[in-house]
Amino acid sequence: MTTAKQSQVTKNARTVRMQWLMDEIVTGFEVYRSGFRFQSCLDFVFWLKNAELFTLTYGAIVRQLLTDLEEVEEVNKQLDQMGYNIGVRLVDEFLEKSNVSSCVDFKETAEVIAKVGFKMFLGVTASVSNWDSEGTTCSLILEDNPLVDFVELPDNCQGLYYCNILSGVIRGALEMVSMKTEVTWLRDMLRGDDVFELQVKLLKQVPEEYPYKDDE
Amino acid sequence: MQFFGGTEISPSPPAPTASGNNAHMLYIFNRNGICLLYREWNRPLKTLSSQQDHKLMFGLLFSLKSLTAKMDPTSVEKGNLGVPQLPGQGCSFHSFRTNTYKLSFMESPSGIKIILVTHPRTGDLRDSLKYIYNLYVEYVVKNPLYSPGSPIRCELFNKTVDQYVRGLG
Repeated sequence: MTTAKQSQVTKNARTVRMQWLMDEIVTGFEVYRSGFRFQSCLDFVFWLKNAELFTLTYGAIVRQLLTDLEEVEEVNKQLDQMGYNIGVRLVDEFLEKSNVSSCVDFKETAEVIAKVGFKMFLGVTASVSNWDSEGTTCSLILEDNPLVDFVELPDNCQGLYYCNILSGVIRGALEMVSMKTEVTWLRDMLRGDDVFELQVKLLKQVPEEYPYKDDE
Repeated sequence: MQFFGGTEISPSPPAPTASGNNAHMLYIFNRNGICLLYREWNRPLKTLSSQQDHKLMFGLLFSLKSLTAKMDPTSVEKGNLGVPQLPGQGCSFHSFRTNTYKLSFMESPSGIKIILVTHPRTGDLRDSLKYIYNLYVEYVVKNPLYSPGSPIRCELFNKTVDQYVRGLG
């Protein structure tokens, strides 16, 4: 993002946070907070919600990648790779917390990702739709996406898939449960569409093979 | 790190049913057969090199899973013996017992296998194994210095597991 856009984004963010603070005072949240509220009015970082910190951190990563790599396609690929590396670890945390015990049916898996997975890690649920006749391709629709709060894509970044980390995360996580998939963006709110639509296509299910070569 | 959904404290470990050093060994394998962790507390007899021992253990469980799924009298679809299984397909075996030890097993859909060998009179350890999986997620998976698929070299994890296992009945 250009510096003009950057400062615009920061100004918007600060406005929203001020609003939030004022809302808090008006609706009267927990008493212990009111003591701090006036004291730390100027300290916005202290009152940043976890969600905002996450959004701003992600924005900083994308901004840095754009500076380092310059090519929008390269940034897309890098975000996908980062997502993949996150996904292979995230899957264990997800499985442990959600008590899922089987990953055989792709339809069931897609529902679990949309309802449980997205809720657990992004705080929002997605919906599953557009199943094809074989049941191997579907779309995950996200109406609300915390990653893109306050974000506007400038003109020179029109090919950028800002949330491409999500496609990598899904691909990485599914690979660890024996599903090889291809994940692509069909609709992107930052490009003017009304929702985020991720197409997840199951390429094949690779069951565990006996890993050791027969050498005895 | 989880940014949303509140902090979820790992569930408190199941209460130990007896005290004392009860466990013999612990193995953790990943889906590619790599032994991520091997802990030994009480193993007087060792007949194989550790590499052979790990391979044997992994192979044993791999075959047992396949066998138990094939022998399942309640299942409708019966794959051929030896056909690799998808996570959660077929029944899941969780322990076997001999006169000298009991072997408890847990596998996550992501292929992480946890094996605990204990005293033969040990009760059902499924919850305990789940707790060890929880420890694995908290101390190993979330550790940025750990690369998935490599043996675990995290002292804190080893210590926590040791402590927990010593408290098991």
